[in-house]
Amino acid sequence: MKKTLLALTAATLVSFGATAAYAKTKACFIYVGPIGDFGWSYQHHQGLLDAEKAMGDELETAYLESVPEGADAERAIERFARSGCNIIFTTSFGYMDATNKVARRFPKVKFEHATGYKREHDNVSTYGSRFYEGRYVQGEIAASISKTGVAGYIASFPIPEVVRGINSFILGAQSVNPDFKLKVVWVNTWFDPGKEADAAKALIDQGVDVITQHTDSTGPMQVAAERGIKAFGQASDMINFGKETQLTSIVDDWGPYYIERIEAVAKGSWDQKDTWAGMKEGHVVMAEYTNMPDDVKATAAATEAKIKSGEFHPFSGPITKQDGSEWLKEGETADIGTMLGMNFYVKGVDDTLPQ
Amino acid sequence: MGTLEAVLLTIATAATPLLIAAVGELVVERSGVLNLGVEGMMVMGAVTGFAIALMTGSAWLGLIAAIIVGALFSLLFGFLTLTLVTNQVATGLALTLLGLGFSGMLGEGFVGQPGVKLASVYIPGLSDIPLVGKLIFGQDPVFYISIALTAAVVYFLFKTRAGLTLRSVGDNHGSAHALGISVIGIRYMAVMFGGGCAGLSGAYLSLVYTPQWTENMTAGRGWIALALVVFASWRPWRVLAGAYLFGAVTIGQLHAQALGFGIPSQLLSSLPYVATIIVLVLISRNKRLTMMNTPASLGRPFVPDR
Repeated sequence: MKKTLLALTAATLVSFGATAAYAKTKACFIYVGPIGDFGWSYQHHQGLLDAEKAMGDELETAYLESVPEGADAERAIERFARSGCNIIFTTSFGYMDATNKVARRFPKVKFEHATGYKREHDNVSTYGSRFYEGRYVQGEIAASISKTGVAGYIASFPIPEVVRGINSFILGAQSVNPDFKLKVVWVNTWFDPGKEADAAKALIDQGVDVITQHTDSTGPMQVAAERGIKAFGQASDMINFGKETQLTSIVDDWGPYYIERIEAVAKGSWDQKDTWAGMKEGHVVMAEYTNMPDDVKATAAATEAKIKSGEFHPFSGPITKQDGSEWLKEGETADIGTMLGMNFYVKGVDDTLPQ
Repeated sequence: MGTLEAVLLTIATAATPLLIAAVGELVVERSGVLNLGVEGMMVMGAVTGFAIALMTGSAWLGLIAAIIVGALFSLLFGFLTLTLVTNQVATGLALTLLGLGFSGMLGEGFVGQPGVKLASVYIPGLSDIPLVGKLIFGQDPVFYISIALTAAVVYFLFKTRAGLTLRSVGDNHGSAHALGISVIGIRYMAVMFGGGCAGLSGAYLSLVYTPQWTENMTAGRGWIALALVVFASWRPWRVLAGAYLFGAVTIGQLHAQALGFGIPSQLLSSLPYVATIIVLVLISRNKRLTMMNTPASLGRPFVPDR
């Protein structure tokens, strides 16, 4: 008994000693899909790996994958908070309420919620990327190369993030062809390769010849390749799944942000923030423009450069809503609040927005 | 290729994996064993099929390997529940969790690589007949296997002595044992058959449906297969009807959306489940007949007297 006690004391002392020598920062991540989805969660995990590379021994990481949005999420976040994580990244929109709830109980832990807008406590930050910037470029490309004048959009859930992408895409397309049409199919899942592929097939059978997706698997890309039409990759560069199919892909690069925020925790300079960065900051990266004529490539690159420099904003007026009412006047650009809470379609989307 | 033909082909692709897994599980349950590990065995089949096909370049070898691995994986369930008499529900759930995790580990190196696709059948002349040509003569080989498998299971269960023996084990293992039938032996074989089917069904996803490997790519299809068996009241042809109905409504609702019908997509997404349940409940509403079809010893452990 005595021996055990001694050993325990010794162990405690050693571990205290270790902490004193260099304070490790522990960063924890919660993913909605498997890290092998080669899409959304895969890219977040790449960010974690970037941070590990950058910080080396000073950083300890942990992650949980395929955590469902809902009650399970709260439990997972709480488990991390209890287990000594200094900063927790919750990387899906549906973790929003759970993140804020747990944050209230663990004021010393920092929380970072991706793509959300609720910061109910001082220790919650939100971050997201302006993917809509890339969607605008995609829309332009789609309208330039489409022969049928209709593109297909595989959507996950009717949240502002997704609606914003759809609107930006159609605006980009209409800048080339004012009569361009967009068919939207909601699959109500972030990740189901089979179902996403089925949606792609349905869209192609109804005459679309370009497909874009806001779901996380490479299923639609493969269907597009099989049927000989073009498609855009999502979240990561999916060129391997469609060498003659992928036009470009919006690649999420979370590495720089994760390194910045974890280092801030290590230095004690972390503060509450709402970060919404895009092409300019390198958070939204366009994969190589492929499988399109050179002039389309050049236009796309030019638009990308203009968005990067701040010269052009995808949501600049005049823009009419789907119901015909005016949203933005000539010369106006959308304010951040409306963009973050976007719950309406602009003109030209051939779909009823699920409420 | 006309639109209707394309739609019908898509429906067949959506229904095939459900049918194969469900027919396999039906045989398992007819022998009195409830294996909730279908999803886990399926995903193991998916990763094996993909990996072997990629390494050998042959989708067929992938399919065969997936069947073997599915059967071996189910053997683990068999050993635990039949020999060690553990709880079938808990063991089956554990098998699913194990399969999902283990397949993710095995498949780590295969993420992000395009796979080998199993080629569809093509018979000159016949495959070109308008509307039905491709549907009957131009599908992937596994589609034909799935239909033949269903017919074979019907024949085996209801027309052969061995099938009768298997059903008797599922209905009353005590009496079967008293008659000198090896209850455990038959159940082992049924469980392995179910595992092989689940493995094949998984490989269908990673070699035909979407030739790729991603973790959790079965996305709950194993659970749907399990539900189909119950709602089809353990009748193979009803399982087929259920699988195709489920596939049809799934694809139909996607088309309805693309056409721009103003129906909420959440409602449309739930339609396949609702429609399948309603129809199968209607066709099996005769209580007495359903009782007759339900394996009476389902899920009950069997420990032979020594």
